[in-house]
Amino acid sequence: MKKKISELIASKYFSFFVTVILFAILYGVGIGMYKGFMKPQVFLNLFIDNAALIIVTIGITFTLLIGGIDLSVGAVLALTCMVLAWLLANTGISVFAAIALVLLMGTAFGAIQGYLIAKFDLQPFIITLAGMLFCRGMTAVISRETINITNPTFVAMADFRLSVGAGFVSMGVIIAIIALIVAAVVLGFTRFGRNIYALGGSESSASLMGLPVFRTKVSVYTISGFCSALGGIAYALMMLTGYNLHGMGMEMDAIASSVIGGTLLTGGVGFIPGALFGVLIQGVILTFISFQGTLSAWWTKIVVGALLCVFIIMQAFITEHKSKLTAKSSLEENS
Amino acid sequence: MEKLKNFTSSSLFLPIVALAVLLIFNGIFVEDFFDIQITEDGRLFGRVIDILTRSSSLVILSLGMTLVIATSGIDISVGAVVAISAAVVCTLIGGRGDGVAETPMALAMLASVGIGILCGIWNGILVAKFKIQAVVATLILMTAGRGIAQLLTEGQIVTVYYKPFASIAGVIPGMPLPTNVFIALAMVLLVVFVMKKTSIGLFIQSVGINPTAAKYVGINVTLVLFLVYAFSGFCAGVTGLIESSLIRAADANNAGLNMEMDAILAVALGGTLLSGGKFYLGGSVIGAVTIQTLTTTLYALGVSADQLPVVKAIAVIAICLIQSKKARDLFDKWKSGRSAKAVTADAKAVNKA
Amino acid sequence: MAAALLEMRHIDKVFPGVKALSNVDFTLHAGEIHSLMGENGAGKSTLVKVLTGVYPKDGGTIHLNGKEIYPKTPKDAQEEGISTVYQEVNLCPNLTVAENIFIGREPRRFGFIDWKEVNRRSIELLKKLDVDIDVSKTLDNYPVAIQQMVAIARAVDVDAKILILDEPTSSLNEVETERLFRIVRQLQKQGMGIIFISHFLEQIYELCDHITILRNGELVGSYEVAKLPRLELIAKMVGKNLNDVKDMDKMAEKSVPSDEVFIETNHAASTGQIKDVSLQIHKGEVIGLAGLLGSGRTETAEMMFGLKEVTGGSLKINGKDEKLSNPMAAMKEKIAFCPEDRKLSGIIGDLTVRENIILALQAMDGMFTHIPYSKQVELADKFIDKLRIKVSDRDQLIKNLSGGNQQKVIIARWLATQPRFLILDEPTRGIDVGTKTEIQKMAVELAKNEGMSVAFISSEMDEMVRTCSKLVVMRDRKKVAELTGDQISSDGVMEAIAGGEK
Repeated sequence: MKKKISELIASKYFSFFVTVILFAILYGVGIGMYKGFMKPQVFLNLFIDNAALIIVTIGITFTLLIGGIDLSVGAVLALTCMVLAWLLANTGISVFAAIALVLLMGTAFGAIQGYLIAKFDLQPFIITLAGMLFCRGMTAVISRETINITNPTFVAMADFRLSVGAGFVSMGVIIAIIALIVAAVVLGFTRFGRNIYALGGSESSASLMGLPVFRTKVSVYTISGFCSALGGIAYALMMLTGYNLHGMGMEMDAIASSVIGGTLLTGGVGFIPGALFGVLIQGVILTFISFQGTLSAWWTKIVVGALLCVFIIMQAFITEHKSKLTAKSSLEENS
Repeated sequence: MEKLKNFTSSSLFLPIVALAVLLIFNGIFVEDFFDIQITEDGRLFGRVIDILTRSSSLVILSLGMTLVIATSGIDISVGAVVAISAAVVCTLIGGRGDGVAETPMALAMLASVGIGILCGIWNGILVAKFKIQAVVATLILMTAGRGIAQLLTEGQIVTVYYKPFASIAGVIPGMPLPTNVFIALAMVLLVVFVMKKTSIGLFIQSVGINPTAAKYVGINVTLVLFLVYAFSGFCAGVTGLIESSLIRAADANNAGLNMEMDAILAVALGGTLLSGGKFYLGGSVIGAVTIQTLTTTLYALGVSADQLPVVKAIAVIAICLIQSKKARDLFDKWKSGRSAKAVTADAKAVNKA
Repeated sequence: MAAALLEMRHIDKVFPGVKALSNVDFTLHAGEIHSLMGENGAGKSTLVKVLTGVYPKDGGTIHLNGKEIYPKTPKDAQEEGISTVYQEVNLCPNLTVAENIFIGREPRRFGFIDWKEVNRRSIELLKKLDVDIDVSKTLDNYPVAIQQMVAIARAVDVDAKILILDEPTSSLNEVETERLFRIVRQLQKQGMGIIFISHFLEQIYELCDHITILRNGELVGSYEVAKLPRLELIAKMVGKNLNDVKDMDKMAEKSVPSDEVFIETNHAASTGQIKDVSLQIHKGEVIGLAGLLGSGRTETAEMMFGLKEVTGGSLKINGKDEKLSNPMAAMKEKIAFCPEDRKLSGIIGDLTVRENIILALQAMDGMFTHIPYSKQVELADKFIDKLRIKVSDRDQLIKNLSGGNQQKVIIARWLATQPRFLILDEPTRGIDVGTKTEIQKMAVELAKNEGMSVAFISSEMDEMVRTCSKLVVMRDRKKVAELTGDQISSDGVMEAIAGGEK
């Protein structure tokens, strides 16, 4: 029995199990406390309200998997919204051209960050922190005030609703689901994806095994940049504005979601479905608070911070426990 | 010539040159930039004095940041801790319209600095005991911290009418400069004194350069890490006092905004490597003053506060590249490649002749 | 003579300040098991890394089957058919066994990885190596011996023409070593060329047919094993300083331990690290800890320095039970520890020689005081002189010193604390022969002249035989023998290590 529990704890899906169970408990408590929670749309709203965060979390997970980090995600999202809004308000280009342009911009930005980090051996947190500053600043350079998106095609996309069972979802959710599936498939079933895990497990081993370390590193940050931009589009669909403060603190929400979903900050371990549940848990907490009515929204940030803490500490304990387990078993095998 | 060479390769070269360039630029383009006047009660006035005064907060923050970075860590929560500390002192003194303090100011000040230290210890526990990466550990407080500050001020901006409060960052009659300059000076002297009289500096560097070797030599690595993060929290706490005194209010959203980035930039500019190890407090102080000068110059040029980060971001990346060994190696390779081409070109020319 | 599979000619490799390889030639034929030998620092690793694309060469040529190749990255080398299994198993602990075998070249169906195929082929490959495990579990679930088999499975599957094994038996027991040899012989029959790097003479004589010897980055020569007696081999490896060494053998008599016991352990154990060690270390004694890599020598030393928790049995210092919970506790008991990997756990690179020397002493004095500068200078100069450390200036950065001088600085650091028990873990690794001799002499002198207890751990049997008055032999994390007096000889030790498992 003890061995089974030990094995379960050491398995790489343990954190994911905890997250799913936690989500179920929170949702269950919600249903118990508020009648409104029972409505299926409440569940679907979790996706609608957090579509952008889901996409951004996917991108940041790629960087966490190689043991890196990307603090610029929220800022790139904001810049994307602002550029999109500006383009739609001040130029005649089509919505699709504008979308293509901002996606390209986000991707290029991520690629530049990745190149600096990989080529010159610079620390990811400082480069992406600088990236964050740069984008926030550029957002203000473009406009210090809110720009509204009134382009009819875009507004139509924003209003679009797809019926799903007893409820509906938005365009943003569709984008998020596609992103989730693509990411899960890439990470689980392509050489590129597995190379990411290898790099996260041990950079020196990956290098000696002949894996394309430089290319993989740059790609990972490029993907994060792309996802931040894609998330920006989803966010713009929801808010229909470009605004300096969009996505403030989203980097922590994304990191928290990913970690709560089972991604190890040291790299090499991570699970896309887990990241999704990490986001959903945050969504549930926010829904709770809005149902409650009296607590201020700031509480979400504090609770999420606390959850992140708990999960990180749990991870630290498990990693230590695991190395003791393996050392013990190897000793026993050799005797 | 030898002295000049020593200076060029010393760590103070970059910050001093940067500061000099900015001062010269201002001297040329800004009227009466270097003018200093003295009023009858002994107060000093002038643009240069302004810069000095405004840089005191950053100087204090960069002291703490230098030591944290020296241990190969980072503290991006300092801005949020400034907000928390500001919230604590203002809510304790209270915003009573009749200008009466609800808590004795000295006690309120002590509490707010104490909270700053506690925040630092919290970071220290996460980093030293739970071995969480510094950037993530301090990211938690960075994001949750402003929420906590908001809760303390109940979402409002707490304005303090109690007169003496303004003198923390203001001028006490008879003094040539505002009090915060003296606070900054005192902090610098305190740190220098501690570094000279104790071996904490040596231990900090050891931990930053090779934490394993430091442990093997009997250094209590956990204690060293605790101390640097607690000190960083202390610095943020003191800065919170100054910042709130400046505007005589606690603004949880804006107090200390972006100051962590400025502090990191000041430290990097000052010569301390972001990867840790040897640190240069003097460089950080000059770096802080330089950043403040840069900010003032940019404001004068019409750049607004929320656009400023673009310039700082570029500066950070430039400094990182300068500090990066790999970048220097690649640069050297590129240079020798070009000169080799030049040599071969010359040789070919000679052969032809 | 059949055409050579691999021909390396006039290979040069320079690192800042050091000429690691100088005009080295190396030839390998198909179906040959060729040993590459030399002391630490001779250049074996460097030669291999040049061949496998980890380092670019500065001069010379490499021909594979008559065609010149230019491996610039490990991937290039792999594509040429050169596979390597490194000493520190270079795999990814977070990936499954099957993944590790196939990473970078996973079989695909319609562009996506075919996991069924990956697992199936892995099981097949491992079966050929006599290994039957769950390939879908992550690598870190398995002990080093199994991990090494996985590394070999990967190396072999890549259609390798050349297989390089770098110290493959360091963590293997007898049974596992035999299995490895069986596989290597199989591969030899299949026409693969195998380069076998090891410092275990017995194994080389058992397995290999050719030997190439390097010394100080230069080629000493290539020989057929059958025609090279052991003594000659050692002589060639050690070179003209053989006389020095012979003198040492005659010269200093070993120290005679006093009757007083300084430190003793009684069935001491440390979960996951040490199973059972009982030893008594007397004052004035030089005690050696012998055993293969992974036998627990370093862990035993670390237990006596507060780096590993004693979870079973007891540890006594001067007759009193002690619990050493961290290095400082050990240092307070006047114990000193020179770690095995000076780069990783010894030197603090960007600090000066002076700062490195006074560091342990300063730690003992505490954080809140400062050893006066004049005293630091005095101490540093004293030891620079006493140990003949070659520095231009006591404020030179230690990272710029040669390996031997760095090691001396570390030793100086500990001598400055005036210890009663000094542990030297591989103090002569990667150091020139002259300095090696100095350090061995010093260990004996400290015991003789100052009544210090000294523990000397070395993988060079001769060093311990020369210096120690007692030799503790360890195997599989247990003490298996204790040799004193006439029992101490290289053969005696090796026999004890090999043990009665026959």
